[in-house]
Amino acid sequence: MAVVTEAQFHVLAVDDSLIDRKLIERLLITSSFQVTTVESGSKALEFLGLHEDNQKTPSASLQHEIEVNLVITDYCMPEMTGYDLLKKIKKSSAFKDIPVVIMSSENVPSRINRCMEEGAEEFLLKPVKLSDVNRLRPRMLEGRSNEKQRLPRNIDDNDVGASCSSVAAKDSIISINGGRNSANISGSKRKAGKEEEEVGLLHERIRPRFSNNNGGGGFTVL
Amino acid sequence: MDVRLLQRQWVDHISALFREGFLDAQFTRLQKLQDASTPDFVVEVVTLYFEDADRLLNNLWNTLSQPVVDFKKVDAQVHRLKGSSVSIGAQRVKNACVCFIICCEEGDLEACFGCLHRLKLEFTQWKSKLEALFRIEQQIVAAGGSLPMI
Repeated sequence: MAVVTEAQFHVLAVDDSLIDRKLIERLLITSSFQVTTVESGSKALEFLGLHEDNQKTPSASLQHEIEVNLVITDYCMPEMTGYDLLKKIKKSSAFKDIPVVIMSSENVPSRINRCMEEGAEEFLLKPVKLSDVNRLRPRMLEGRSNEKQRLPRNIDDNDVGASCSSVAAKDSIISINGGRNSANISGSKRKAGKEEEEVGLLHERIRPRFSNNNGGGGFTVL
Repeated sequence: MDVRLLQRQWVDHISALFREGFLDAQFTRLQKLQDASTPDFVVEVVTLYFEDADRLLNNLWNTLSQPVVDFKKVDAQVHRLKGSSVSIGAQRVKNACVCFIICCEEGDLEACFGCLHRLKLEFTQWKSKLEALFRIEQQIVAAGGSLPMI
């Protein structure tokens, strides 16, 4: 019996806290996403193939033929904050359409507004829950369908002849994890995703959407 | 020892931890993320938290002991510990961090040392209770049993 599987969504998770990286990784894998975790904004840019000055460089993601469907990042990180990372991604012609979600343990309205104005998809309050992660799927579905409709990207003139520093995926910093076998999940995932996609597209984002800590979605982990 | 007795001990112990405010709902979520493919998930993240907190508490002592105290740095370190405590479900440690943050904002060095002392006590107590819980878990597994669902 042939099983048609949909390619899994790949999430790049950025957090300087090892505990929080473990948590977000577990949440994402439980939700059947593939995950790469990195410890800083600069490592995230390296993985994507974007230099800090927005020059493209050979990226670990391209080396491993990984398409990043969503970036989820902590806000408070040393050197480059999640907000800085968000801005760099949104300013990049190659990656500006990748949805970016910000996580923070602090509920600061001005921080939330700033991130949403800069193009963040969601602002999640820590501790992030399974129900929060499941809400991300429609964002990635939208991103993927937009990409299929898009004409081939032109590489910026800046990219040609840019100095290419070799970027090695450092195992101690980057971990790439396969999600669960999606063979049986893809059917139900597609159905749930379609419903969520329809709901997601109906909701215009009039004001910033962010999770609060009023219980969860009651999602049962099997 | 009888597995059922051990399991009852475990239930009593963990119920008390929730009742006395050592653990909150986040810890339950961590337990639900553990499954057959990641049977040691909770122990692993809690162990990481033990190490992280130990290190942060030492750093806080060092930062507060400088001739000129950088309260912004103290604040950042306490926020970091608060963040980890929130992620683990270590409620009382988190609450102690919240008090500490207020003292930092006021720049009150003596109060900050007091807060650090209290934070160390809360963390030490939390750590010993979780270690006791994990010991019972090990005994249950060694006796061929499994952890009860709560």
